[in-house]
Amino acid sequence: MLLEFNDIDTYYGDLHVLKKVNYSIEAGEIVSLLGGNACGKSTTMKTIMGVVRPARGTVIFDGQPIEKLPTSERVKRGIAPVLEARRLFPRMTVFENLEMGAYLRKRGAEFDQDLDRVYSLFPRVKERRNQVAGTLSGGEQQMVAMGRALMARPRLLCMDEPSMGLSPIFVDQVFDIIQQINKQGTTIFMVEQNANMALSIAHRAYVLQTGQVVLSGSAAELRRNPMIREAYLGEMQVPAA
Amino acid sequence: MSFSSLLLQQTINGLSLGAMYALLALGFTLIYGILELINFSHFNVFMVGSFIAMWTLQSFGLSGQSIILTGLPLVGVLLAAFAVTMLASGTLGVVIERVSLRPLRGITGPAAMITTIGVSYILFNIILVTVGADAKNFPNPLPPMRWHVDGAVLELREVLIWVVSLVLMAGLWLFVQKSRLGKAMRATAQDPEAARMMGVDVDRVIMTAFFLGSALAGAGGLIFGLYYNFTSFIIGFTAGLRAFTAAVLGGIGNVPGAMVGGILIGLIEAYGGQFIATEWADVIIFSILVLVLVFRPAGLFGRLAPSKS
Repeated sequence: MLLEFNDIDTYYGDLHVLKKVNYSIEAGEIVSLLGGNACGKSTTMKTIMGVVRPARGTVIFDGQPIEKLPTSERVKRGIAPVLEARRLFPRMTVFENLEMGAYLRKRGAEFDQDLDRVYSLFPRVKERRNQVAGTLSGGEQQMVAMGRALMARPRLLCMDEPSMGLSPIFVDQVFDIIQQINKQGTTIFMVEQNANMALSIAHRAYVLQTGQVVLSGSAAELRRNPMIREAYLGEMQVPAA
Repeated sequence: MSFSSLLLQQTINGLSLGAMYALLALGFTLIYGILELINFSHFNVFMVGSFIAMWTLQSFGLSGQSIILTGLPLVGVLLAAFAVTMLASGTLGVVIERVSLRPLRGITGPAAMITTIGVSYILFNIILVTVGADAKNFPNPLPPMRWHVDGAVLELREVLIWVVSLVLMAGLWLFVQKSRLGKAMRATAQDPEAARMMGVDVDRVIMTAFFLGSALAGAGGLIFGLYYNFTSFIIGFTAGLRAFTAAVLGGIGNVPGAMVGGILIGLIEAYGGQFIATEWADVIIFSILVLVLVFRPAGLFGRLAPSKS
């Protein structure tokens, strides 16, 4: 297992956001986390990154408990976030944003290799490298956000809503690239509202409802599950005649 | 004196005052940019800095304006005085942050700002009690060199102030733009949570901002002493308030804005004093501040901060 949540409870003040949550993600997988608004998806991401600390339970990364480690140590061990709503540093250039992704790493041959890789995955990012990030279109910002995360050379990429606010063509492109990144060896844990797209590329998925995992399984199984079809894939359940 | 030489003379004076205000304004802007905190202790870090500068110069055997140095000894003494003053003031800023502000991190509301007012008063009273209330003669080893330009007088101390301020501001600009820690500072100012998730140690960034801001305030304190030939426990208030105004005028949080704002305040003070009346300087300065903020609430170069999520 690359990442495990064991009975995680997370609170914001009195609000009990994650309730005894368990996930386990194998190296090489794409795992998707589905759920409606305010179900605890973003809190899951923040708990992985260490921005929010769980009250109970353990988070295991690569065999080691990490729930007490500071965020920078988690980044060093190979977890990188692609943040929701494309939270780039808006007044820094695209290149400076990519540099921030590699903040804890030395400059040198590896940095240059990763930069080339990001530029070949996203030629558009290369074109825009000297532009201030806040002036890019939504789709371009999403590409920079993904590129920035890849600059950390992560083993686990945590993506928060990669399709949010993107046009359908961009969504297709982004999901293609997610699959490419995964095939190149990076494990992906992806929070996503667009269940259709998420289940089309994920190997497995968890469904989160008001802070609890209510369903999990392979993407194929979940696509056939009547509850998923009704709640997330937008299909009406046809009553048996 | 003709009008044009008066104008030139006041431009020279205003640029010198403005350089000092700009150095002080940068400290307000660096810390506000990252913490959204108005750091009132900065007023008196500047004041303490000018005392540190005075003691450093005295430790070289200088007193008053009677001992003049030239050539290498002058350069050496000044370099040492700036280095010691800036290091000590920077350290004072770091200690203030560590002891009184870090424990309040993450607490919303005015607690941190009120704390900085408290720290400011502590510094003010420590100097008052230990050094006394009378103004102190500030050692000035500069030779009385002066040049006559078009009916105006340019003194060596003014040239020195300009050169030192330019070097310090250019250095800060390069640091913020090019260095790894400087980029982390900008990233933290723009989105602290995202910066943290890139692996930035936000505490270290905040400490750096306090060190740099306070070191610049210390340099400002030394410049104050060289310019006015005295220092006193009360100098922090007026200069601090004008420098804070400069930071707001330029757009608080914006580094070049603080530089330009400082120069503008210095020029306004000098022209206002010459062409209206010295006693009206603060009325003029703060009226212009009010006017600018009414029409441009974010300051001349600022942008209204988007609400942080």
